[in-house]
Amino acid sequence: MNFFSDVILMLDSSIRLAVPILLACLAGLYSERSGIVDIGLEGKMLGAAFAAAAIAAVTGSAWLGLLAAIFVSSGMAMIHAIASINMRGNQIISGVALNFLALGATVFVGHSWFKRGGSTPNLGTDARFSPIELPFAEQLGGIPIVGEIYEQLISGHNLIVYVAFLAVPVTAWVLFRTRFGLRLRAVGENPTALDTAGISVTKLRYQALIIGGILCGLAGAYLSTGQGASFSDNMTAGRGFIALAALIFAKWRPVPALWTCLLFGVLSAAQIRLQGVEFPLIGEVPVQAIQALPYILTVVLLAGFIGRSVAPKAVGQPYIKER
Amino acid sequence: MIEKPEDIARQPQQAAGQKLEGQGAQGSELAIDLRGVSKAFGPVQANKNIFMSVKRNSIHGIVGENGAGKSTLMSILYGFYHADAGEIFVNGAKVQIKDSSHALELGIGMVHQHFMLVDNFTVLENIILGAEGGFLLAKSLKAARDEMERLAKDYGLEVDPDALVEDLSVGQQQRVEILKALYRGAEVLIMDEPTGVLTPTEADHLFKIFEQLRAQGKTIILITHKLREIMAITDSVSVMRRGEIVTTLETSKTSPDNLAELMVGRRVEMDAQKTRGNPAKKVLEVKNLSMTDELGVPRVKNVSFDVRAGEIVGIAGVAGNGQSQLLEVISGMDEPLLGEIWINGSRVEFEGSRTAAHVRHLGLAHVPEDRLKTGLVAQFEEWENSILGYSEEPKYGPGQILSLRAAREEADRRIEKFDIRPPNCRLKTANFSGGNQQKIVLAREMDRELDILVVGQPTRGVDIGAIEFIHKQIVAMRDAGKAVLLVSVELDEIRALSDRVLVMFDGKIVTELSPDASEREFGLSMAGVDPHEDADTDTSGANPDLKEGAQ
Repeated sequence: MNFFSDVILMLDSSIRLAVPILLACLAGLYSERSGIVDIGLEGKMLGAAFAAAAIAAVTGSAWLGLLAAIFVSSGMAMIHAIASINMRGNQIISGVALNFLALGATVFVGHSWFKRGGSTPNLGTDARFSPIELPFAEQLGGIPIVGEIYEQLISGHNLIVYVAFLAVPVTAWVLFRTRFGLRLRAVGENPTALDTAGISVTKLRYQALIIGGILCGLAGAYLSTGQGASFSDNMTAGRGFIALAALIFAKWRPVPALWTCLLFGVLSAAQIRLQGVEFPLIGEVPVQAIQALPYILTVVLLAGFIGRSVAPKAVGQPYIKER
Repeated sequence: MIEKPEDIARQPQQAAGQKLEGQGAQGSELAIDLRGVSKAFGPVQANKNIFMSVKRNSIHGIVGENGAGKSTLMSILYGFYHADAGEIFVNGAKVQIKDSSHALELGIGMVHQHFMLVDNFTVLENIILGAEGGFLLAKSLKAARDEMERLAKDYGLEVDPDALVEDLSVGQQQRVEILKALYRGAEVLIMDEPTGVLTPTEADHLFKIFEQLRAQGKTIILITHKLREIMAITDSVSVMRRGEIVTTLETSKTSPDNLAELMVGRRVEMDAQKTRGNPAKKVLEVKNLSMTDELGVPRVKNVSFDVRAGEIVGIAGVAGNGQSQLLEVISGMDEPLLGEIWINGSRVEFEGSRTAAHVRHLGLAHVPEDRLKTGLVAQFEEWENSILGYSEEPKYGPGQILSLRAAREEADRRIEKFDIRPPNCRLKTANFSGGNQQKIVLAREMDRELDILVVGQPTRGVDIGAIEFIHKQIVAMRDAGKAVLLVSVELDEIRALSDRVLVMFDGKIVTELSPDASEREFGLSMAGVDPHEDADTDTSGANPDLKEGAQ
């Protein structure tokens, strides 16, 4: 029984750790399906995390924080859109620039605003997204296994977690069952085909990047006002890049993206568990090595088990009318 | 379309007639009427004061050399570009075509030379793309499936609606493009170089589809530079030259020679007017050669032949019968399964990627079939392509260091010798026309010491002026005492140039023919029947019919 509740606890933290990566991964999915490389996920998430924490700290409202996060992240997405769609610039460069911009600007603005070395003040409960108890969680908690899973694993997360998991089937439905999804998939494969069919490539790509911006905003807000209680320097810590790797592993498909992100969540949770544990023969492993474990394993898994993962054909290429 | 599909299928002529009447009421028998259309791209005048009318329910051809402005004109009609001046009338009504979706609303559909399909979509998804008719796909997919069944029945446009486009043959992909246009209600169908990528059998099928479309009241505008197609299928033809319409004729009142002359503005020698070759010693010997492709499918089956100095040996055949693979093995790009190749009395050693260089050292020069895939780096400047593969020769500088001056001087010399236009060796190769790109490859391979020239599809996608020039160069090589192996799917070209013709079918050499052999003999052997052996067997298959019908 002790082992069972251990597993539940670990899975519970896996879910919490997977959420920001999942949201960023879906953001990347919309963007890259439309043919725009989105290496700036990291930067958008970081910018959003700061905006959410700062506004929530000032106003005391998690919701206003979330709005600010979405606003900042979408704004950054629009910079990327102008650079890569209208100006036909290099999408990698534009994305990298956004990452650096976010890394520097958050600390700079944060320090001159709150004078805490780039961090924001700790948020009170009202300024955060607090756990939601699902109906009957307490009553059902007594039932062994099923009830415990419901109470401890499924119930008791904050709103953004549920939104993230809901976003997966919604994305799958949008992508494969709607007109917008058909066009989105087409524009990333062969934008000329879409243009000759009389549909604006520019408009469609803007729409995709806006959706990506909103999802990154949610991911950032989750980091600083859901999972955490303040913003700290570089708090995304490469999650945007892991999300990008997960996107490739998932072959740009929403449901596999969910599993990939959960896998990373499990690895991260295991990492936390393994810190300070004495291993037979090896002894205690330095904490840095353990912390690196999920990243190393992700790379190994991605490189080793990925199989053939073909990116949308037009990804990274600015669309220019022929002649 | 109010009639039920079955009615149309049963009485196509009547349906077409009703359609004509209905539209005649709108006031014009002209589906398309262009009046004074002009378009310039910067300093280049792509279309100059174009007047052209296309009758409804007809097949109208537009011929012209590469760069004559055919595709630009049609892109204007399809709303891809906007004309600088002039008026466009569709069904007698003046229109300003804003964009492609507006053209589609007006009933104008276009099948581009390079297909506008999403490769990893199913046929159905491609057909509804842009005409989904609602936010959810399920309903429109259902509607498109029904419509496809009807169109397949009416026009012989059979394609599996659930197949992925990337799994379809080129001919089938083209059918998807036509279906796409018809699904959007196209009454006028613009076909841009539709047979460029098709095998003769597929082209034949396409022409049958055109006839069915015409029988049901559709109008087709066919852009091509193949005169044979114009003669075979069109009702009327407009000739374009340097952005202008030279003339519009009834097809029945003209001839290929006449059209060719109008296209280039001077008399073209359709035959290279060569003397007989003077075969001397064997330069290339191919002995019992077999090869399989990467999937293990046998492509070349026990082929033996030789090529002597001072002769041109042509390899004819319908595309895809092993000619490409044979070329690749001879030029050292691929390895044989069995058999030997001897050049100048030395046996070719196959040792992976070094073979191509080894073969060149033995005196073989190779002009590959697909210049953009294997012959050139499109992003290179002209002079860089001019030394591609030969950059290690000492005349281009010592060791790893390139002498840019030497390389560019030589490039300039070749530009002059081969009349490559524009004459600028610093221009990016992608900016040259197809014919001039081909000349860049030819110049590189031919302008050196060599004993045998192996040429694949020397004039594919090349305009008539350049064809003539290239043919003369090949004959000149032969007359200088070199051996030439020519592979082409253009039978006219093979017959005009070769001293001997080998016909390939299904990886084997069926027979050897004289270039003066009859149409029937070529037709039979290209269908795999040796006319010498089965002289009295009457196998009038699809291929001989096609050849004769197309003349």
